[in-house]
Amino acid sequence: MSEDKEIRLDKVRELLREKGDSVWPGGDENTANAIGEHRSLSEPLSDMEAKRRMAAMTRRGFLIGGVAALTGIFGWRRMSDETKGALLRRTFEFNEKVSQIFFRPTRLAPEFPLTSISADRGNGAEGLEGEFDPAVWTLAVGGLSGRTADLILTLDDIKKLPRTEMTTEFKCIEGWSTIVHWAGVRFSDFATKYLPQTHNGSLPDVANRPQDLLPYVSITTPDEKYYVGWDMPSILHPQTFLAYEMNGAALTLEHGAPLRLASPTKYGIKQIKRIGRIEFTAERPKDFWAEYGYDWYAGH
Amino acid sequence: MAKQLEKKHPLAARWMHWINFPLLTVMIWSGILIYWSNSVYGIRLFGYELFNFFPPWFYDTLGIPFRLAEGLQLHFFFMWLFAINGVIYIIYTFTSGEWRALLPLPSSFKRAPLVALHDAHIIESKPPQGKYNDAQRIAYTGVILMGAASTISGLAIYKPLQLAWLTSLLGGYEWARFEHFWLMILFVLFFVVHVVQVAIAGWANFRSMITGYDVVDGETGSETEAFAEGEAV
Repeated sequence: MSEDKEIRLDKVRELLREKGDSVWPGGDENTANAIGEHRSLSEPLSDMEAKRRMAAMTRRGFLIGGVAALTGIFGWRRMSDETKGALLRRTFEFNEKVSQIFFRPTRLAPEFPLTSISADRGNGAEGLEGEFDPAVWTLAVGGLSGRTADLILTLDDIKKLPRTEMTTEFKCIEGWSTIVHWAGVRFSDFATKYLPQTHNGSLPDVANRPQDLLPYVSITTPDEKYYVGWDMPSILHPQTFLAYEMNGAALTLEHGAPLRLASPTKYGIKQIKRIGRIEFTAERPKDFWAEYGYDWYAGH
Repeated sequence: MAKQLEKKHPLAARWMHWINFPLLTVMIWSGILIYWSNSVYGIRLFGYELFNFFPPWFYDTLGIPFRLAEGLQLHFFFMWLFAINGVIYIIYTFTSGEWRALLPLPSSFKRAPLVALHDAHIIESKPPQGKYNDAQRIAYTGVILMGAASTISGLAIYKPLQLAWLTSLLGGYEWARFEHFWLMILFVLFFVVHVVQVAIAGWANFRSMITGYDVVDGETGSETEAFAEGEAV
């Protein structure tokens, strides 16, 4: 500090010393008094007694606190990786149940103007390696009502369904997001045309009784190297699309041509590219990233 | 000379304070494990980045890279404990009357800078205080509000569709993530100042957060004077 500043500070100190305690307002101007804070004092004690009591309480406090801290630290450290993994996985499943209690298919993700579309960003090539010709691609669909064998569809079959568009935020589990314009068919329209089986033998009614349908959908790439599992309420959400266009052009191979899932209801890891097979199923389907410790539900 | 024991911090508040410490630590740690995969924030001035959160040496020293899944697992487990502890604390503070020792008044904002001048040894006379002085009231109420804001912004990132109204209230998904991040930085800054102040205030003050009690002078300790004597941080 410069000498100059030191002198100025001394002057301030001097001024304040003259003012003394009157720097601070008293009585009801004092916050504790004004707000009605009460003190809680023991009866008068001798120095010895006060010291003795404080020492006893200090010992007790540190003992209890120490035991609690050590229990926490060593309990967590000594917990086997299996137990810890199971605990954290079950927590994901518990969080999923809580999320589903509050889930409403009528709540929609915000839509954005076309002018706010972000620069193209790609991520994740699992299931997209190897030779692939979208021109000869077909889609296999299993678990359909009244069928045992897979139904084989072409892109034209998909395009016959009502075309729908949306401009929504695509969220990667890594933490980034982009605004993307999608065109395709609502999965709910697809499931209304190609009816899933029910779990209770009733006639499938996608619009009115979705709870009777098989509860899960498994979707895999043609080479089966990437696979995702979806819960029925999320995949029937009106903003979950089987998309064939992105940002005004046909899907590129990098983004999952000829058909991919697009939905603001879940992270990008769930929006599988290059769909080869869709199966309605009673079993919770395996999921590529869930096997690496990510949340199976991953829902918004 | 006669002494009196003054009850400073109730048992419930002490437990919740000390439980919060490891919980917040784990939330920040797991949050950084998550943040690493898209570590885009920094301090920028005229388009030039002065500091990037976080530099590679920081990540490498702490072994943070490629632990996103683990970070998410921990974050979405401990979030429950952090939120429950915080909600119980707020309910407790209001029902027990402890809010009287904690909340600032509008006039506290006039006195808080003077408290800072006292802490800087420019004002010699001690600020009046009950359990806390005016600067502490603002800081400790503020940190509770930060906890609430972290919980709310966290929910907005976690469920941006089902809670879309909340996310848009915070300015959208990207802003909510930005706010959630800076609240974490504020918590870290609070922690540093808090620990330094506690160290300066000394043993008796620290001990009162363990035992709940402080020793005051029973003879000279008339109520207002004893209030003025408090040195607690």
